[in-house]
Amino acid sequence: MQMPQPDGRVLERKAQITARLRAALPNCPVISDPRELHAYECDALTAYKCPPLCVILPGTTSEVAIALKICFDENVPVVPRGAGTSLAGGALPTADSVIIGVARMNRVLETDYANRFIKVQTGVTNLSVTGAVQEEGFFYAPDPSSQLACAIAGNIAMNSGGAHCLKYGVTTNNLLGVTVVMMNGEVVEIGGEYPDAGGGLNLLGVICGSEGQLGIVTEATLRILHSPEGARPVLIGFDSNEVAGACVSDIIRAGVLPVAIEFMDRPCIRACEAFAKAGYPDVEALLIVEVEGSEDEISHQLGLIKDIAMKHNPAEFRESTSAEESAAIWLGRKSAFGAMGQINDYMCLDGTIPVSELPFVLRRISEMSQEYGLDVANVFHAGDGNMHPLILFDANKPGDLELCEEFGADILKLCVEVGGCLTGEHGVGVEKRDLMTHQYSDTDIETQLRVKDVFDPKWLLNAAKVFPLDSTQSRRMQS
Amino acid sequence: MRPANETELAEIIRGADQLRIEGGGTRGLACAGEVLCTKALSGVTLYEPGALTLVAGAGTPLSEVEDLLAKDNQRLAFEPRRMNALLGTTGETTLGGIVATNNAGPRRISTGSCADHLLGVRFVDGRGDIVKNGGRVMKNVTGYDLVKLMAGSHGTLGVMSEVSLKVLPKPETEATLAMSGLSPKQAQAVLAQALSSPFEVTGAIHNVGGETLLRIEGFEDSVTYRAGQLQALCGVELSVRGDDSRGIWENLRDLKEFEGSKHDIWRLRLKPSDGPEALARLDVINAVMDHGGGEVWLEQSVGTDVRAQLNGMFYDAQLIRGEGGPRFQPQPPVLAKLQAGLRAQFDPRNIFNQGLMG
Repeated sequence: MQMPQPDGRVLERKAQITARLRAALPNCPVISDPRELHAYECDALTAYKCPPLCVILPGTTSEVAIALKICFDENVPVVPRGAGTSLAGGALPTADSVIIGVARMNRVLETDYANRFIKVQTGVTNLSVTGAVQEEGFFYAPDPSSQLACAIAGNIAMNSGGAHCLKYGVTTNNLLGVTVVMMNGEVVEIGGEYPDAGGGLNLLGVICGSEGQLGIVTEATLRILHSPEGARPVLIGFDSNEVAGACVSDIIRAGVLPVAIEFMDRPCIRACEAFAKAGYPDVEALLIVEVEGSEDEISHQLGLIKDIAMKHNPAEFRESTSAEESAAIWLGRKSAFGAMGQINDYMCLDGTIPVSELPFVLRRISEMSQEYGLDVANVFHAGDGNMHPLILFDANKPGDLELCEEFGADILKLCVEVGGCLTGEHGVGVEKRDLMTHQYSDTDIETQLRVKDVFDPKWLLNAAKVFPLDSTQSRRMQS
Repeated sequence: MRPANETELAEIIRGADQLRIEGGGTRGLACAGEVLCTKALSGVTLYEPGALTLVAGAGTPLSEVEDLLAKDNQRLAFEPRRMNALLGTTGETTLGGIVATNNAGPRRISTGSCADHLLGVRFVDGRGDIVKNGGRVMKNVTGYDLVKLMAGSHGTLGVMSEVSLKVLPKPETEATLAMSGLSPKQAQAVLAQALSSPFEVTGAIHNVGGETLLRIEGFEDSVTYRAGQLQALCGVELSVRGDDSRGIWENLRDLKEFEGSKHDIWRLRLKPSDGPEALARLDVINAVMDHGGGEVWLEQSVGTDVRAQLNGMFYDAQLIRGEGGPRFQPQPPVLAKLQAGLRAQFDPRNIFNQGLMG
């Protein structure tokens, strides 16, 4: 994977640039010691590393604005960083870039239960948003598996999803407003405290999911909801992936809309079970289906789901019988990546496919696994077709990473071929940047680049991501 | 002009000077230029009930889509409004028009707007280039989300040829809960209480001077249970269920309250708890407070500019019919600049819907 050559004019002025930033930001850490910079040389896509020029950790929106204005004047590339949990390399720096991290901006600014929103600085973690409102019975719906660590800033940049978005939608569906600092240091309020606030073109919808390329979001107003009275998962085990896939489709068609339908295959089930001891059955494919409501409502919905599942001869159908069991079931699922990480190096993919293509795609992945000689564990959000195949490889074996990346690219191309997309919730970052041409035509891509031209005409913000480098080269070189 | 396919649409746009984009003509928006009608870009090309997905030409009539979905007991959950009664127009609502105006009805409060259900678009920009964004799957963060940008862009960025939408199952039944004799302020408090409960309210409306209404949907037993819980919580009583309830919400959705009105009609959006304050400041002839207070439909005397009376409040107002002021909410300079920048990129010759959206 290629990154642009760092700009020599920036590198040779490192001392002046950091001095100017320090002088303008007396209350803000500006890190330039090479040993300290190691912590920022990659995000959760650890295969690629590069220390940045320096790292700034502002505490306020105006400090972000001051830092960006200086970088703008000095023509220094900027890489925004939330909590650094991106699996796509969204926060991977280049040697000539300044990282602006929002980790210190982690205050809750306002909660309004009557109007059902919370206003936060974007360095807060996803889970702490729910933590701030749960005593009043509320929660913030998007729940990426990394929710303990990941920041709202990154959630907005990548339009993060999670297991429960089948019912509640992803970040963009739960975002009401943002304070965003433009590359030239201008502070802009977009949206507000109610849906589609302000009128005009939907700029908020464009900011969300723009991978830190249009501005740095420092504050966000998020929709909160009252928690359901209760929720209960059920485990349904099958002897084949195909049958499990058919069961998912039947549940959705029947008009029951669970809050989550998660799917794991045998390698993943075994790893999660060893890690979380959730009591998962040892089957070929496992569905976790969760429904919400009062006790009676839950029983009724689970009854309907059981009727549907039984038509597919499940190897196992097990309702959670206690809150502890439910928590263990979810802990197992949400630990899937960590559990796999304990037994092997892996690469996590994130393609989405039409739900109807599940059986075909799973079969093709298993055939390709044979061809490449690399094992794959599958875990994904089956209700919405968002797949997370984990390709296992040996990082210490020469050539294995490249083989794994090639295999991963083939899986993502397959996702596009059957009518899906390259990334459902992790973002393009650097990881899938060069695959964009498989999903989008040159015109489609050019149209997106023109949007960046409006927000960041100098192409300084996270500019080496999302789009193939050759398609953005002339724009990046202009400054 | 009435292109029969996307290629013809692109050719027309390449050769055009000024175009007024029209779907079913239900809005009757007047702006300069030759009419470009999208009605022939019609037809459902993909419907997968098990994947909750529908793809159709932008000119496809809403009724055709609803009939098709109903066969599989599904629907467009964002509940697009038919504007004919309100505006006295006869045309038929099309999918493209719904997307272009980000049209959504009372269920928007719980389920989101058209934009929240829009999975993908194909459109022709002002250069005559065919562009696609998004796709037909529910989770897609590949590249910028121009799908959201196109929703509500009122034909100022491109002419849509195809849209892809998320659909949802129809619930088994629904019920309307009602309470009368409340002031807007009292009503808003009741609606907020219900919306902040776990009982999944999918409609929350106050007819000013009339009833305060809640809707719940789902399985029969669940609806009964939640009706009881909501009555205990905020005093609203179960009024009707099933088809009777559906009839009430169809009328509310299509703003039948204002049918035949000769006055100006405004749509105001604001923080729900600010709804009563806005109503108190305005001399309204008739008003409906939807979305728990967050979307207020107003009938005003001809030529009244409601914006002048809402100083100091954060809101946006759209003039749906009449002459009382700029049709779209004027934007703060920094946002106006970004929007003008986008418009110049998508439509560099400024040929689409001149005069709309500033």
